[in-house]
Amino acid sequence: MLQVRDLHVYYDKIHAIKGVDFDVKPGEIVSLIGANGAGKTTILHTISGILKPTEGFVKFQGENISSVPAHRIVYMGMAHVPEGRRIFAQMTVLENLQMGAFTRKDTVQIRRDMEKIFTRFPRLKERMSQLAGTLSGGEQQMLAMGRALMSNPTLILLDEPSMGLAPILVDQIFSIIEDIKAMGTTVLLVEQNATRALSIADRAYVLETGKVVMAGDAKELLANTDIKSAYLGG
Amino acid sequence: MQFIQQFINGVHVGSIYALIALGYTMVYGIVKLINFAHGEIMMLGAYVGFFAIGLWGLPFPLALLVAMVFSALLGVVIERIAYKPLRNAPRISALITAIGMSLLLQNIALVLFGPDPQKMPAVISKEAIHLGSIQISYLTIVTLVLAVGFMILLELFIKRTKTGKAMRAVSQDKAASTLMGIDVNRIISVTFAIGSALGALGGVLYAVAYPQVEPYMGIMPGLKAFVAAVLGGIGSIPGAMIGGFILGIMESLTKGYISSQWSDAVVFGVLILVLLIKPSGLLGKNTREKV
Ligand SMILES: Nc1ncnc2c1ncn2[C@@H]1O[C@H](COP(=O)(O)OP(=O)(O)OP(=O)(O)O)[C@@H](O)[C@H]1O
Ligand SMILES: [Mg+2]
Repeated sequence: MLQVRDLHVYYDKIHAIKGVDFDVKPGEIVSLIGANGAGKTTILHTISGILKPTEGFVKFQGENISSVPAHRIVYMGMAHVPEGRRIFAQMTVLENLQMGAFTRKDTVQIRRDMEKIFTRFPRLKERMSQLAGTLSGGEQQMLAMGRALMSNPTLILLDEPSMGLAPILVDQIFSIIEDIKAMGTTVLLVEQNATRALSIADRAYVLETGKVVMAGDAKELLANTDIKSAYLGG
Repeated sequence: MQFIQQFINGVHVGSIYALIALGYTMVYGIVKLINFAHGEIMMLGAYVGFFAIGLWGLPFPLALLVAMVFSALLGVVIERIAYKPLRNAPRISALITAIGMSLLLQNIALVLFGPDPQKMPAVISKEAIHLGSIQISYLTIVTLVLAVGFMILLELFIKRTKTGKAMRAVSQDKAASTLMGIDVNRIISVTFAIGSALGALGGVLYAVAYPQVEPYMGIMPGLKAFVAAVLGGIGSIPGAMIGGFILGIMESLTKGYISSQWSDAVVFGVLILVLLIKPSGLLGKNTREKV
């Protein structure tokens, strides 16, 4: 599904990603964990094409997408829920979801998918014609995920979906991520909440200042004492 | 009676300001740039309309269309060559480039067409409808119908069509729009095209009203339309429309009741007042996003 090889990303002179390798296989939830500033968001931006690598490559479904414009990558079946949600605050909930389906022309199926989103997120249905900026933080996160799902992606990148949410909502978000996997969409999940992320992930990579320092089965990492002391606050 | 007459005149010129103001506000909304060359895009559109009518003998609607298409292309080309390379540069660089572009286009017009004003043929009957002592010229009616018609089309385009919605999305968040699969460069081009075409429409209508074309004709209406856009809240499309009408009406009433010499002072005084009292303009956005 996704192959990242020897990825190097710079912000001007700042060498943010220093040779990262990892894979995501179809149907998996793979988690990237690491402290603030480790480079998680930078990696996701490079995968979805917003940033371009100076070295290395990203392959998506066998195709090298390192130099494909970001908006074309969406057409290939990748969706990215960015850090901080980035919903269109001045547009209605419905219009936000329509923007999520921008790449599609199958109006009938789009309407069906919209109904599915509304079934999964009933709050969004109630607030369909409300401006998205007036939603609560949790509702905005639901909208950001619903919007990304509207493109009917094969791979979804989630950047800290639980950030700043109350515990009940965090539970809800994580159960939605499991639903997404169950529906057949592959998930690359970036989280600060490493314990929760590892508990639903199949595999995980631990990042530290732009490098992968540990990788493996999520359950094993969860049990690993080094990880515990470094990232899980234990 | 005089009041109503002045008011009608104000609505006439105000609808032209509103058309031009839309170009400023749409471009600002999407790339956060005051396109100071917009007045010249309008001026060149007016010249094309002038040639289309006077030289090529095209009927008025076709001449309008040719002028609008010309300016649309001009706007897109200007954005591509002059503004796009500066999209991530400091705001001030792009602003100075826009001023430079404005001067460049003025000088090109000066070289190509000479400094003397040329008379615009009377394409619309000078007749007027008389309602008691009030006169409404056909030109006023045609101008209003065209201006309001295109504003309604614009509003429908932006609210209803996929590209229109994408325009609003891009104006709010370019990176998030890209992640939806929207080609941001294409949407910016579309925005310049539409804004510039509306500018050309305003330019031709302005040229028909005065009735002349000259290389500096974009400066004052351009500035006033810019004031109208700020008055309405720059970035707000209904704001630009309302701002244009308010400005035209105020200007016309000042001319009628105070003096012609004061009308520009009043217009720019309004700009200063608005900036002092409500910097975001009448319909300007003051929203905060939740984090
Ligand atoms: N736009 C930018 N310009 C310069 N440096 C940046 C920029 N964005 C990120 N960086 C730097 O790149 C490094 C990686 O940042 P990144 O945002 O990818 O980290 P992160 O793991 O997502 O952190 P967080 O958990 O806080 O979201 C950091 O050192 C950061 O300061
Ligand atoms: Mg981050």
